[in-house]
Amino acid sequence: MKKLILTTVAALMATGPALADLVFPSLSYRTGPFAAGGIPFADGYADYFTLLNERDGGIGGVSTRVIECETAYNTEKGVECYEATKGEGALVYQPLSTGITYQLIPKASADGIPVHSMGYGRTSATNGKVFEWVFNYPTHYWNGASIAVKHILDVNGGDINGKKITLLYFNGAYGKEPIPTLEALSEKHGFMFDTIAIDFPGQEQKSQWLQIRRDKPDYILFWGWGVMNQVAVQEAANIRFPMENFIGIWWSGAEHDVLPAGAGANGYKSLQFHNVGSDFPVFDDIQKFVVDAGKAAGEGNQIGTVLYNRGVYAAMLAAEAARTAQEIHGATEITAAMMRDGMESLKMTAERMAELGLPNFGPTFQVTCENHGGEGLGAVAQWDASAQEWSLVTDFIAPDEDVILPLIEADSMAYAAENNIEMRCN
Amino acid sequence: MPDQVLFGIEVVINGLMAGVLYALVALGFVLIFKASGIFNFAQGVMALFAAMTLVGIQDGQVPFSHLINAIFGTKIHHFGWEVHSILAILVTIVVMIVLAWAVQHFIFKHLVGQEPIILFMATIGLAYFLEGVADLMWGAEIKTLNVCLADGVCLPQGINGFLDATTFNWFGYGLFIDNLDISATIVAVILVAILVIFSQYTKQGRAMRAVADDHQAALSVGISLNYIWILVWSVAGFVALVAGIMWGAKSGVQFSLSLIALKALPVLMLGGFTSIPGAIIGGLIIGVGEKLFEFLVGSMIGGATENWFAYVLALLFLVFRPQGLFGERIIERV
Repeated sequence: MKKLILTTVAALMATGPALADLVFPSLSYRTGPFAAGGIPFADGYADYFTLLNERDGGIGGVSTRVIECETAYNTEKGVECYEATKGEGALVYQPLSTGITYQLIPKASADGIPVHSMGYGRTSATNGKVFEWVFNYPTHYWNGASIAVKHILDVNGGDINGKKITLLYFNGAYGKEPIPTLEALSEKHGFMFDTIAIDFPGQEQKSQWLQIRRDKPDYILFWGWGVMNQVAVQEAANIRFPMENFIGIWWSGAEHDVLPAGAGANGYKSLQFHNVGSDFPVFDDIQKFVVDAGKAAGEGNQIGTVLYNRGVYAAMLAAEAARTAQEIHGATEITAAMMRDGMESLKMTAERMAELGLPNFGPTFQVTCENHGGEGLGAVAQWDASAQEWSLVTDFIAPDEDVILPLIEADSMAYAAENNIEMRCN
Repeated sequence: MPDQVLFGIEVVINGLMAGVLYALVALGFVLIFKASGIFNFAQGVMALFAAMTLVGIQDGQVPFSHLINAIFGTKIHHFGWEVHSILAILVTIVVMIVLAWAVQHFIFKHLVGQEPIILFMATIGLAYFLEGVADLMWGAEIKTLNVCLADGVCLPQGINGFLDATTFNWFGYGLFIDNLDISATIVAVILVAILVIFSQYTKQGRAMRAVADDHQAALSVGISLNYIWILVWSVAGFVALVAGIMWGAKSGVQFSLSLIALKALPVLMLGGFTSIPGAIIGGLIIGVGEKLFEFLVGSMIGGATENWFAYVLALLFLVFRPQGLFGERIIERV
């Protein structure tokens, strides 16, 4: 009898906790040097799930629960947060840091919990044949590099042969991600490509900007984060670099990145993989059901800012994947493995986004077994300093897959060989 | 003049300007270490706290508003007024004096006679505490700092047009010098002059120097160590405010301001922990050295060499001249 009880308890423990809620951990960073970017994202992520609970009774009738764990954008703390929350029935992790993502890829794969690194992390994880548990839809850094070059091609009538493009980047894994793509694109389009690195934290960038002033590049692509962004925009304004030729990645394009430079930041561009502003019906619902009801994660004053919108978008994609998983498995209470199936079958159409109160908020895309990154579209936004707002100045642009797919194939296959991973999706 | 020479001159001038900004941070460390033997790990956070307090007061922000709103369900954020920069600076100085008193009264008074490593650990705790208090008081968002002495007389930013045009006319290449760096240099010179006058010609300054030279002797002639240490922390708080304004004007006032301390460490190793001229000369050497190294060698080895260079230079000094350029010679009697 005793043995039977022990076996039963062990079996229950192995299957995880009671499936009462749909659990979405939030590895947030509300403290430390990067808090200004972490707070609006965490607020948006939490507020969207609160909206689903308050307005719809959760997803498929099951309440959602966001477990927030503070990482301070620190990789070790991020891993601690993962270990501390995975036993709560976590359905998906959004690590919000390339460093944490790299640490979680092997851990979460072994634990059977999906990781969604939306617009960051390991780019080649888009190859679902190798990375079963990792997703990076709707786009990733290599797509970002390609989208930026496509935009430059557009504004130059399709010919950038002989132009000089400089990548100004954070001297770490994140900043170095686009270099192979840009080298390949440089060969294809004939532009001169150069790189300039900035060390963490990037409060002093005089050397880099003096070099830019001497080299006179036609365009600067910028992969920065934290204080590096504000200083770079200010320094660009200081040397009177044409701001419309200065294009940041999506992590270098929030309001707080440009506001300190005042009028000097006018015209600065950044890539985005979702829309900007608050002119979407879902935000009216968030105001009514969440903020006015006193249930907002923060002060409720971040609605419509770039990073709040990104948090809402991340939560919406997670919720849609959970809903898809419920449909696939015919169950309302789902496990992490079911969630993975939902993510792998996720299809975001224009109609569905309109139904959700987010018309044209993000690109349409479809995730498959082979492709965990979707079609990879992104848009270009531009800062209007007098109105103090971002606006998209292009449609969502498709990346150059002829260049990117072979790079992804090579990198993911190397990872598979190193880690003895068997190909799937056959 | 050949282009490379002009570029080199531009790099050296900008290196000197950057060095002044490093020296501003290093000065605060030196003041406290010289007077009390405490290596103040919290100096960077003090610059952050001072700058956040200044912007908060200027903007009429209600301190601890997030906390108040969370507890009482209110929605107050601002008093509805704006405070002139000069008045805001004066109020911030008062806040830094109160902070100095609190640090001495609640922490270091109870640690008299402890090992230096204990005092250092206490300042690490102080840094984390102060960072949390700053967050609670003023929030974590990035704030734009506009310090204006009068209408239209604000801290300038951007290339100095006069120097650009003049050097262009002379050499065919306009040198880049940032107006903010010029302002920082002027402010730093005034600050050092005030510190020298204060320490040489005032009773309190002389008492401070006496304590720095010999605690026991100063105590025996009736100087209150408690008072002097509060005074020293207050002066370091004032220096932190100046550093916070200059760095905050470059990047906006945000939590990474506390990381400027990283730039002060090699300066201190080079200049010595006990010398005010050492902090200034050390700052200038690090500023020029790292910029020149990046200009001449950086591009050959992948760039971003500035932090690396600064710490390698400091390491060389630790090996061959551990007391730094101007520090007191270390004599171990056995």
